[in-house]
Amino acid sequence: MSWVEKQRNIIDFTISSLFRRKGKIAALTAVYTLIVFILASVIFFTSAIRREASLILRDAPEIVVQRLVAGRHDLIPLSYAERIREIRGVQAVSGRLWGYYYDPVYGANYTLVVPVDFPHPPGNIVIGDGLKRSSGATRDDIFPLRSHDGAMIPFIIKETISAASDLITADTILISEEDFRSLFGIAGGYATDLTLKVRNPKELSTIARKIGMIYPDTRPISRDEILRTYESVFDWRGGMMIVVLSGSVLAFVIFAWDKATGLSAEEKKEIGILKGLGWETSDVLLMKFWEGTAVSLSSFLMGILLAYCHVFFTASTLFEPALKGWSVIYPDFRLTPFIDPLQVANLFFLTVIPYTVATIAPSWRAATIDPDAVMRG
Amino acid sequence: MSLRKSTLFFLFIALNTVLFAFMFVDASHRRASALPSFAEKRRFVKDLRLTDLCLFTDTRYTRHPSMADPFSPFQDHPFALEHFPSGSLLTPPPHLRLERRL
Repeated sequence: MSWVEKQRNIIDFTISSLFRRKGKIAALTAVYTLIVFILASVIFFTSAIRREASLILRDAPEIVVQRLVAGRHDLIPLSYAERIREIRGVQAVSGRLWGYYYDPVYGANYTLVVPVDFPHPPGNIVIGDGLKRSSGATRDDIFPLRSHDGAMIPFIIKETISAASDLITADTILISEEDFRSLFGIAGGYATDLTLKVRNPKELSTIARKIGMIYPDTRPISRDEILRTYESVFDWRGGMMIVVLSGSVLAFVIFAWDKATGLSAEEKKEIGILKGLGWETSDVLLMKFWEGTAVSLSSFLMGILLAYCHVFFTASTLFEPALKGWSVIYPDFRLTPFIDPLQVANLFFLTVIPYTVATIAPSWRAATIDPDAVMRG
Repeated sequence: MSLRKSTLFFLFIALNTVLFAFMFVDASHRRASALPSFAEKRRFVKDLRLTDLCLFTDTRYTRHPSMADPFSPFQDHPFALEHFPSGSLLTPPPHLRLERRL
């Protein structure tokens, strides 16, 4: 009998043996698939967010200068820009106007941003797609905002930003400088923060240090720091991530431990009968190897495929309640798949290999003792 | 003629493996077709001088994590605890954790 034919016969027997315990095996496969699904979904989701952030935020301001007063971010006088502009290597400094607005009608927070060249006259705004979805407002509708002195200002929505940019503009309102200042009562000589253009990116740290020396009440944030913020976003050591991951890993450990610590009486009896019928110990181990492989490989492949569909076809629907939190405006997480083959390989080696080994180990113990003793229990 | 169980098993694994390989092909295709959308988002970031992704909108330190200062999650009142759900998903940015100032 050829080697291939022998393997096929053993697999035929293994599959029949699994079907005799189909309730238990179905439950086992379902739990296993679910664990792989959760772990793979988290891996796919976080890698996609990180890669997308690194691509999109590559053109973020080179340095942002904030002013801190009593530990809080405060408005920065535009006069600060004059001295910063004199630092060697600084190409341009400009004030940036942006802020938050809480809308008590919808219970939502908006981010108001003043573009450098706002194409519409005062009294008009442009809104993000998330805001459009939550408020139901659309082009040419009136969108009132309450100003700092309590007066309602009726703005006209001139445009809406495409849903494709939801990941950066879902809650955004673009507004003219004049409207922004009158809405929040910000005097002409102040901005939310300053942004810098620098001639040589290698000089960023030197320039930032000089800014700190000239204005000790400021806090410069470089583009590298912005990018690093998103490199570590949803870090596995942080908050809920460790709860989700440790839960899944613990479930898997219990699962593998249960397999590794012993066989059921029925399984022991089966091994005893096979040995009595003339099966070699190596044949029994081969059967258990195929049993472990059948369960773990099927679960791994199904779990990965389901995770891919979950994250990239259904926009991570199951994560939605956790991601939403108390946010009223919620971006549509239609992410672009960036799959790291190394992470998939790690998941394979952390799930398939331990389970297969855990299946073989107790069988080896049962297969090496006398068949009569095994059958008698 | 019914198929042997081993044949069915290999067919099932082969089908899943093909779908697994197709997953990488689909990912590559989606990445290629997302290029114009990436260019659009980069243009927004550049023109509006944006610094953060809009992942959460419930609180300012998770809406703009890179702009947050170390005190912002605890500013509501003296001895206030950070209590927004999104705060349990996002860790503080590395430049705050290391208390590094350029």
